[in-house]
Amino acid sequence: MEIVLTINGKERRVEVVGAETLLDLLRRLGYKSVKFGCGEGACGVCTVLMDGRPVNSCLILAVTAGGREIVTVDDLGTRDNPHLLQTAFVESGAVQCGFCTPGMILASKALLDRNASPTVDEIKQALDGNLCRCTGYVQIIEAVQLAARRIRAKKKTGTKRKKTAAKKPKTKKQKIT
Amino acid sequence: MKPPKFNEVNKSVLKIDALGLALGEAKFTDDFEKPGMIYAKLLRSPHAHARIKSINAVKAKSHPGVVAVLTHKDVPRIPITTAGQGYPEPSPYDEFILDNKVRYVGDKVALVAAETDEIAEEALQLIEVEYEVLPAVLDPRKAMRASAPIIHDEKDCYIPIPVPYEPEKNRVARIDASVGDIKKGVKNAAMAVTDEFENQTATHSALEPHCALGWVDENGRLIIISTTQVPFHARRILSRALQIPQRKIRIIKPRLGGGFGGKQEVILEQYVGLLALKLNRPVKMRLTRKEVFISARVRHNMITKVQVAAKKDGELTAIDLYALSNTGPYGTHGLTVASNVGTRTLPMFRCPNLRFSSDVVYTNLSVAGAYRGYGGTQGILATAIVMDDLAERLGIDPVDFYLKNVIVGGTEVPILKELGEGPVIGQPHISSCELTACIKAGAEAIDWKKKRGQPGGGRYSRGMGMAIMMQGSSIPYIDMASSTIKLNDDGSFNLLMGATDIGQGSDTVLAQIAAEVLTVSTDEIIVYSSDTDLTPFDVGAYASSTTYLSGMAVKDTAEKVKEQMIAVGARMLNTSPDKVKVAGGRVIGPKEKSVTFKEIGLRSLYEEDQFQISATASRISQESPPPFAAHYVEVEVDRATGKVRVVEYVQAVDCGTLINPTLARGQAIGALMNGLSYALTERYIYSSKGVMLNPNYGNYKLFYTKDIPRIRTIFVPSYEPTGPFGAKSVGEICISGPLPAISNAIYDAVDIRLHRTPFTPDKVLEALQARERG
Repeated sequence: MEIVLTINGKERRVEVVGAETLLDLLRRLGYKSVKFGCGEGACGVCTVLMDGRPVNSCLILAVTAGGREIVTVDDLGTRDNPHLLQTAFVESGAVQCGFCTPGMILASKALLDRNASPTVDEIKQALDGNLCRCTGYVQIIEAVQLAARRIRAKKKTGTKRKKTAAKKPKTKKQKIT
Repeated sequence: MKPPKFNEVNKSVLKIDALGLALGEAKFTDDFEKPGMIYAKLLRSPHAHARIKSINAVKAKSHPGVVAVLTHKDVPRIPITTAGQGYPEPSPYDEFILDNKVRYVGDKVALVAAETDEIAEEALQLIEVEYEVLPAVLDPRKAMRASAPIIHDEKDCYIPIPVPYEPEKNRVARIDASVGDIKKGVKNAAMAVTDEFENQTATHSALEPHCALGWVDENGRLIIISTTQVPFHARRILSRALQIPQRKIRIIKPRLGGGFGGKQEVILEQYVGLLALKLNRPVKMRLTRKEVFISARVRHNMITKVQVAAKKDGELTAIDLYALSNTGPYGTHGLTVASNVGTRTLPMFRCPNLRFSSDVVYTNLSVAGAYRGYGGTQGILATAIVMDDLAERLGIDPVDFYLKNVIVGGTEVPILKELGEGPVIGQPHISSCELTACIKAGAEAIDWKKKRGQPGGGRYSRGMGMAIMMQGSSIPYIDMASSTIKLNDDGSFNLLMGATDIGQGSDTVLAQIAAEVLTVSTDEIIVYSSDTDLTPFDVGAYASSTTYLSGMAVKDTAEKVKEQMIAVGARMLNTSPDKVKVAGGRVIGPKEKSVTFKEIGLRSLYEEDQFQISATASRISQESPPPFAAHYVEVEVDRATGKVRVVEYVQAVDCGTLINPTLARGQAIGALMNGLSYALTERYIYSSKGVMLNPNYGNYKLFYTKDIPRIRTIFVPSYEPTGPFGAKSVGEICISGPLPAISNAIYDAVDIRLHRTPFTPDKVLEALQARERG
């Protein structure tokens, strides 16, 4: 059947095939940043924002997404103008294989949209549906804290988004981390 | 050795692929599609051990949308190993594309290709198979009994290297290596402790499931994009499996969503390749998570026995370690993981009498393979718990016990010669070793002396535990890596290499090494890796080899390119090569006259005596310098529920120079978290018929964000003289600490020693109750 939904700000009229999940639909439409990891809503690599809330797209029947607003990580930033979460993930070493990264960033965005200054426990709570097998999570939590700080600072000064992209690598002093 | 000053290494250069990944633009295997692509699926066995009497695929073949159904009768019968190891592999050729026998629940029975994934799945249900169910071996302890059914009774399985292989006894390999005399060592001791342990089966659980896409190109060549850690081994194994010339195959690895050893196996390429060649259509195959659990590889379950003996003052006199290794129905990595139980444990100790022996047996359980830690995890589990026990009985703090017995740098290690994988030339030697510094740094950071032995009363008891560990860096005289670098006319460089970035960041680390030699920023290095047509050979991402071995190959390549640039630059400056130096992306001659790399590139490509400045270099390693680590943990045990909570974890690591501190830290913490999850929650539950009952994340518990404790990682200063800019490996080592450190901490808290992993509440409670009963 045909449904109408909004994907990354664009209204799309799409034909849904049988019991297709939202994950399969999005990937079929070319949104490959939404990953398949487990198909049971337990790993979070298929996370998208649906009306602003993070959901596991593998558990949602595409037909039920009619009339909804879907956001994938593709909508957050570009190479020239990445989202502060994206740069914070890059700078904090929160991206290793990167397979969980789109889902992690979207779950983090949903958190920061409703809570600009989350505690570590609140970050852990918000990301507890997203598995990562590479980093050990520590750097991801650090990245969310860094992004939160930068977003707060940006709001305070009201300046335009700074280009903090992968330009200048900073040298860290070797220390207990 | 004092480390020199660096420009591009020992610096947290941003991971070169990270932004693309964070933007969602980077492509993994499953993100590639081809017009006309069809989907493949395997029908899997419901029985642990059975002979296929007949297969009726008529209904499946006539199902709309089904393109092909293949059974063992339709494919070449060539014994292969799926282990992506060097040639000839130290693993038996005991597996077939499809066979007339199945050897575990999940083994392949028939292959289906269909227009969609769903149709392929439907077709599987329509295949009728008649099985003759055979008795199965579901306990490794019973595998070698005379009454045990023989899992490989076919005549055509064999091992391609000259080692004992006894399939008629269900024995894949046996090892017996020693130095000195164990009996004498025990006799000279004041105390000897013997104990037995068992570690559980576990899944790597890389979040990207295994996937491959294959097609035949316009020249009749088979092109496969694959989630592989070993593209060159995959090409070689595929050539054998499909009986097609290797030159007809190209394997490409795009971004890879984690490996951990689980993708050091050729488990999909043969099916995709077979169908693509047969049907001349692009074929994709992606495992479901359930299939990853039941049919990809797992960590070897082992029963380890160890006897450790020491004098009254704690001086070690003997270590006798034995492992019964359950390799499952196929012997992939069977011999080598077992031998690493010894290799990654015994060399740490200054002890004259050492022995490691092992039996590696077939069972009808999950297929074991390479898994981060690779035997080291199993060896450290046993020795570190028994040493904790022995130290306590002798009234010595384990920290002091280790400080008395561990090796220092510049030590010969004769046991490595006995245990060696492949040829060992000369006396094996360990150059850099800061194990003592690791032990001291960790103890101080966690306040060991003060906190240990203070369990406190009441429901919650706290305890402290520790363990030491080592890994290697590549397989000496076997592993080989190479790279090619060429200069472009804008002064940038292409770095082409077989080395395989599996998420650990090797593309970045290796580019940094090239940049350091070439005196440019890492941005000037354009990396392309892991494509069997376009990049020179590298064994792939395993055995903790990439930074060390591929790093040396890249360093050598860059040096050669630098020489060529010096020659051209000197001519341009009207001077001789010995009168110039290279710095800051320039060749600098007398009186500070200089030419830029761009000018050299333009001259060499367009202006005079034109040629492509480029070089290829390759390296093997003469040694396998071990990284070392000391792990310390504080736990809290709930006596009422048996739940163990990690309060704090400190790891002190010696991995030589950190080429990229952020990425090295990522390896150390990532491996640790994997080890913690393994120690406390992950387990395979099998039915009495060998069916894995929990092949999903709902019932197989991994660590999520809320499970992580406070972690501190200390890198002790260290410099490995044989490594690139002083580096050793860091990818695997830290996975091995949590099992013994936590077990020892539980003992400190509540006085029970746990011997079977994982340390779940039921086991803790049971041991507490047994202790109370006396």
